[in-house]
Amino acid sequence: MKYKRSLIAAAVAMLAGTAGAQVSDGVVKIGVMNDQSGTYADLAGPGSVVAARMAVEDFGAAKKGMKVDILVADHQNKPDVGSTIARQWFDVDKVDVIMDVPTSSVVLAVNQIAKEKNKALIVSTGATSDLTGKACTPNAIHWTYDTWSLANGTGSAVVKTGGDTWFFLTADYAFGHALERDTEAVVLKNGGKVVGKVRHPFPASDFSSFLLQAQSSKAKVIGLANAGADTTNAIKQGAEFGIVKGGQQFAGLLVFLTDVHALGLDKAQGLLLTEAFYWDLNPQTRAWSERFAKLHKGAKPTMAQAGVYSATLHYLKAVEAAKTDDGPKVIAQMKKMPSEDAAFGKGRVRQDGRHVHDMYLFEVKKPSESKGPWDYYKVRATIPAEQAFRPESEGGCPLVK
Amino acid sequence: MTEIFGVPTQALFGQLLIGLINGSFYALLSLGLAVIFGLLNIINFTHGAQYMMGAFAAWFLLAKLGLGYWWALALAPVAVGVTGVIVERLMLARLYKLDHLYGLLLTFGLALVIQGLFRHEFGSSGLPYAIPKALEGGTNLGFMYLPNYRAWVIFASLVVCLGTWFVIEKTRLGAYLRAATENPELVRAFGINVPRMITLTYGFGVGLAALAGVMAAPIYTVSPQMGADLIIVVFAVVVIGGMGSIMGSIVTGFALGLIEGLTKVFYPEASNTVIFIIMAIVLMIRPAGLFGAAR
Repeated sequence: MKYKRSLIAAAVAMLAGTAGAQVSDGVVKIGVMNDQSGTYADLAGPGSVVAARMAVEDFGAAKKGMKVDILVADHQNKPDVGSTIARQWFDVDKVDVIMDVPTSSVVLAVNQIAKEKNKALIVSTGATSDLTGKACTPNAIHWTYDTWSLANGTGSAVVKTGGDTWFFLTADYAFGHALERDTEAVVLKNGGKVVGKVRHPFPASDFSSFLLQAQSSKAKVIGLANAGADTTNAIKQGAEFGIVKGGQQFAGLLVFLTDVHALGLDKAQGLLLTEAFYWDLNPQTRAWSERFAKLHKGAKPTMAQAGVYSATLHYLKAVEAAKTDDGPKVIAQMKKMPSEDAAFGKGRVRQDGRHVHDMYLFEVKKPSESKGPWDYYKVRATIPAEQAFRPESEGGCPLVK
Repeated sequence: MTEIFGVPTQALFGQLLIGLINGSFYALLSLGLAVIFGLLNIINFTHGAQYMMGAFAAWFLLAKLGLGYWWALALAPVAVGVTGVIVERLMLARLYKLDHLYGLLLTFGLALVIQGLFRHEFGSSGLPYAIPKALEGGTNLGFMYLPNYRAWVIFASLVVCLGTWFVIEKTRLGAYLRAATENPELVRAFGINVPRMITLTYGFGVGLAALAGVMAAPIYTVSPQMGADLIIVVFAVVVIGGMGSIMGSIVTGFALGLIEGLTKVFYPEASNTVIFIIMAIVLMIRPAGLFGAAR
């Protein structure tokens, strides 16, 4: 297992029990666990670590005399690897909160461990809406988005513009299944029909066979219930097989800015997608993203990375307010206080652990509309916070009374 | 419309064709592996990374030097082949007298290093590479829409595979090569520079991987892990075909592409394991592979 530690606020080693009276072993330890090298490394990966560090800096941990450590680990998108790291972090390294965690299968595994060890888990990149549904715990918060909100944003927009028959191309693991399930519900609710689905191995590189099945289904919309390189490969190969020219349309149910960057506007133009964040929304997001890009090889942040920043900042504020880094106590404090920061604006955390904020329906620009790299989206609609997420009463979370 | 096991025959034809296209890549890659193993006795785990380097070379030629796909097809294999020659001279040449395992460890380690370097430099989400203008579009075959580029892939791969087979099995040069692996001392006694021949063979095998990489660049995302995803399957293909058998690896490559294509229709969830199931069965019945002779 490769994991490295990095000291952030080493300079304030002499805090001598002032602010950190109740903080276990005198240090708040944040473990950023994600895919550092595989298919999800660009959309979260090292960029999420950059975002977490920015949050520690903006919180002013050093000035406040709070010592914060950030640890990083690569879970390789494997639940067993993720579980091993989580146990080691909680038991040996005294990590207080695990942050980010892409890949729903890993999220659900780590969620169980966080509950068992009574620590905290804050998910930004992981997508399954079960985390605030039947799998919810008092130890976890789901920050950035979930499969329900993606389905709700993109799914209903596509059905309303005439795309009423769907074929799903689904990544064959927890995330794909959840995204497919939530989108299917939205399609049916809006009067659409699902004419077929196919589950592909994760990760896959060749989609031609599945695209052919989608093509012969005659569905108007091919819903891509996958992410990262799987999505870009499917769209790229779809262009080759004349999917769009043949009158069918792709709905990218989870598309990150880095995916559009990899595809190129030529192939991605016109794609509708739902995200929680885009760098070019307002002056605050622009300024924050500019800072981020300077620290991360010029790349603009994805919503996953912006989510890690926003969540880490709110977490640290809650530690300060609650004067402890005890897992469930900080989580409870986070639910009490409203959240506000440069990336996500105002928001709040519900009892089921869902962080709610505005979501946006974007359309990918045509090459002629873009001013250059990273200028990719135009806003089609803003989905207000209270409609963007599954109502608390429908998730089946036992914490909601 | 007639159906076979609930799948319309027309759709089935389409899937078979797709399988053949994927098989072309398996055949090209396993061919390079088979050549290297057959003539050098090295299990070249760097093959996937070299395939990836071929794709990156194509991207680099286009993005930095403005040279398009056809140039890449000619230049990338040579450039990557040269890196192969360097690796062979500096490192692999020292291992021929040792157990296979050392070559395997070295090439596997190299693959990880190369992938790591590319990931550090280019990130993991991949780079765009367009299909060349001349091969855009496609033909409606009635049962499916066949993109011209994919048709080209089958054609080019068949030509390269059969050409390689011909050179090694039917020409004088090939005869030298095969003789040099059987008994290098004797061949050297005839005045032939055996080490140079071995070096060039490795360079050629690596060039084949790079060629496959260039052909893959327009259809798969050009990314550092593109080779790692494929190499394990290709190794299974080589094992099934019989380590070192040239024709065996070509036929097996295409055949397994077909079988995988069919699996994607009838039980897609198993499509990434079916090749390994076949490998296990073949190893139980014919441990030397379908076309391999026991050594």
